[in-house]
Amino acid sequence: MLSRVVEMIYWTARYLERTENLARLINVNSNLLLDLPKSIAPGWEPLINITGTRERYLELHDDFSERTVLTYLVNQENSPSSLAKALAGARESARTIRDVIPRESWEQINALYLYAKDNASRVFIKSQRFEYLNNIILRCQTLNGLLAGTMNQDEGYSFLLIGRNLERCDMTSRIIDVRSADLLADENQTLQPFDLIQWMSVLKSLSAYQMYRRSMQVKINRSDVLKFLFQSEVFPRAPYHCISRVEFCTLDLPNNEAPLRLIGRVKRDLIETKVGKLEQEALHEYIDELQLSLIHISDAFADQYFLSGKMQSQEQSSA
Amino acid sequence: MTIEWKNYRVEKYYDELMLSGNKARPHGKKLAKYLASLSNSELETYRIATELSIKEIGVSFTVYNQEGGSIDRSWPLDIFPRIMTKTEWEKIEAGLKQRVQALNLFIADLYGEQRILKDGIIPRAVFKNSKNFREQCVGVKPPLNIWAHVCGSDLVRDKDGTMYVLEDNLRVPSGVSYMLENRLVMKRVFPEMFEDYSILPVDDYPSKLFDMLASISPRPADYPEVVVLTPGIYNSAYFEHAYLAQQMGCELVEGRDLVVCDDDCVYMRTMRGLKRVDVIYRRIDDLFLDPEVFNKESTLGVPGLMRAWRKNNVALANAPGAGVADDKVVYAFVPKIIKYYLDEEISLPNVKTYICMYEDDRKYVLENLDKLVVKPANESGGYGMLVGPASTKKQQKEFAALIKANPGNYIAQPTLNLSTVPTLVGDKVEPRHVDMRPFILSSDRIEVTTGGLTRVALVKNSLVVNSSQGGGSKDTWIVDEEA
Repeated sequence: MLSRVVEMIYWTARYLERTENLARLINVNSNLLLDLPKSIAPGWEPLINITGTRERYLELHDDFSERTVLTYLVNQENSPSSLAKALAGARESARTIRDVIPRESWEQINALYLYAKDNASRVFIKSQRFEYLNNIILRCQTLNGLLAGTMNQDEGYSFLLIGRNLERCDMTSRIIDVRSADLLADENQTLQPFDLIQWMSVLKSLSAYQMYRRSMQVKINRSDVLKFLFQSEVFPRAPYHCISRVEFCTLDLPNNEAPLRLIGRVKRDLIETKVGKLEQEALHEYIDELQLSLIHISDAFADQYFLSGKMQSQEQSSA
Repeated sequence: MTIEWKNYRVEKYYDELMLSGNKARPHGKKLAKYLASLSNSELETYRIATELSIKEIGVSFTVYNQEGGSIDRSWPLDIFPRIMTKTEWEKIEAGLKQRVQALNLFIADLYGEQRILKDGIIPRAVFKNSKNFREQCVGVKPPLNIWAHVCGSDLVRDKDGTMYVLEDNLRVPSGVSYMLENRLVMKRVFPEMFEDYSILPVDDYPSKLFDMLASISPRPADYPEVVVLTPGIYNSAYFEHAYLAQQMGCELVEGRDLVVCDDDCVYMRTMRGLKRVDVIYRRIDDLFLDPEVFNKESTLGVPGLMRAWRKNNVALANAPGAGVADDKVVYAFVPKIIKYYLDEEISLPNVKTYICMYEDDRKYVLENLDKLVVKPANESGGYGMLVGPASTKKQQKEFAALIKANPGNYIAQPTLNLSTVPTLVGDKVEPRHVDMRPFILSSDRIEVTTGGLTRVALVKNSLVVNSSQGGGSKDTWIVDEEA
């Protein structure tokens, strides 16, 4: 398969996954705010932190009001981490590989892009927000199903899964990072009932609440939530699970030594770290490390398999 | 209110469906009746369903705008089909095959012995300034000696009902994907319409295209590596490139995916390393194909591609240089070309064409500029033309000077009254002018699409059918009345 094509498949998958995660995130935050007293509600600022583009945001805006944050996260194609941007990216990269992905999936991506764009104003209407975002999530899920059910399960499909799982791993770690920072800021006993709600909301941002209950069978507490979210072998959004999937898909690829070595290291690290016991500061550093490793893995794939990476190394060798 | 054929005016032109208000051509009776049976709200529903379907499938074309950007527009499809009998179509098909066969012999001759020039059938002067003659191709013998593997010829019907060939597109003709998608959308939206007729299918084109491409592979193999070469997603026909690659199951490649190695063979960069390519259906113009030979600045093409092609290590369709025969002056000589190579009379006529390099013709043209359409030899897309009846005295004077300065570069034709087809305009039906582009594939045999892409000028009385200038399209039905 063409290097350029596997690269595009990889990015299509990442953008789709990002779209779904953004929609989840906004939905859950909306719900959380309804449950918390105004005095302690974190508001919309944490969402900007999760996307890792706080500086860019502050260049454009000087408040964190609901409307401004939502505009930034949903509508603005020029904001690096908006639904609109992710969907435009998914559509554009899918458009370049229309010949490779099943026709219906291109139609779905295109229709999803049009739906999100044409209905974006609904996100500002509280009573319509949930349905709008949920539709986006469902359509993303439909796409995943469609691809699983109709696309040749070849190298291209491996890169689809690799892209999706790396993005998911990254997003999960970001959500935990930002959410937990807010939570631990105040250990005040009176916040206990709300603390619980907030940890539930962390789980729910990842659709992990029910699965946590099923597999952990313990009360919700910080240590167990962290353990589950990072280290679960069976929960599909847990970094450990994601990275195991990436490893599995990489095993069949040719010349896979470099990416496999990096993946193996991250995987070992994920399972060996006693993540539940990490203090807030250490947890934050740990997550930073993880995100950096994910970037290295992505680069290793580019160097080995993607056209961008190959052309770059060719230029370097001829220079 | 529904469609009332009695209000439909057809007197001035040939209408493809109606003989006069209220009376349809025999093969169109059932269609006219069906369309008249639809209520206004049904028409509106179908129109919206068609638009939506096209938008969601993502059938689009790219329009460049002046700010340097480009936008992706939905392909405009009118819901009223154009209908033609199989009997008539078979005659046209035979005429197209004759034409393309002769043109291929002609191109091969031009890059070979040039017998037709030596025998004085065509003056050498015709090629003196030809923009599409490629020195680099002289002496090359491509597989089967075929140069124009894909030809898109534009057909128009005049007032008297005769079908004429208006021009042949031998470089990188586009539009076939829209023909296929139009049918798909019509079948989704209007299944009922297909019940009354036996409409010949069109969807075997991609497999015929693949067979043609495979047949010119320089390496005999069961599965030659065939690729489609595109300039990329910003090209106006990108949709088509991706569509054809998908339908043929080929790789869609850009120039940067390909590399010519020291063995003068073409390879593509795959994730498993380099892989040899046998046949390239290139959708890039000659001059951008190979920066080593043509445009040095081009990044669209592949350095060394011409080297590989000349050594017959890779096949290119269409062959570089094939465009020499879609010159408008060459067009005027097609009847002679057919006679010379095939010893046959032309069966699908040319539009009457005056060749300005001939004194008598030039005299007539200069005296009748207000009645004629004057075209330069090498421009396409309607640039640099004079449309006599719509021109000012000043423009006519300018063109007279141009023609006198360079007579060999100009031809002139009478203005045609293109035929019309009923077209939905608001909630009414009105006649709109159409042309038609069938696609002809040549290798060891010649295959023609069933019908072609019908383009329609959506603006009243306009003859401009280009989609970039507000034109639309119609599904084209070739119906078998005996089936």
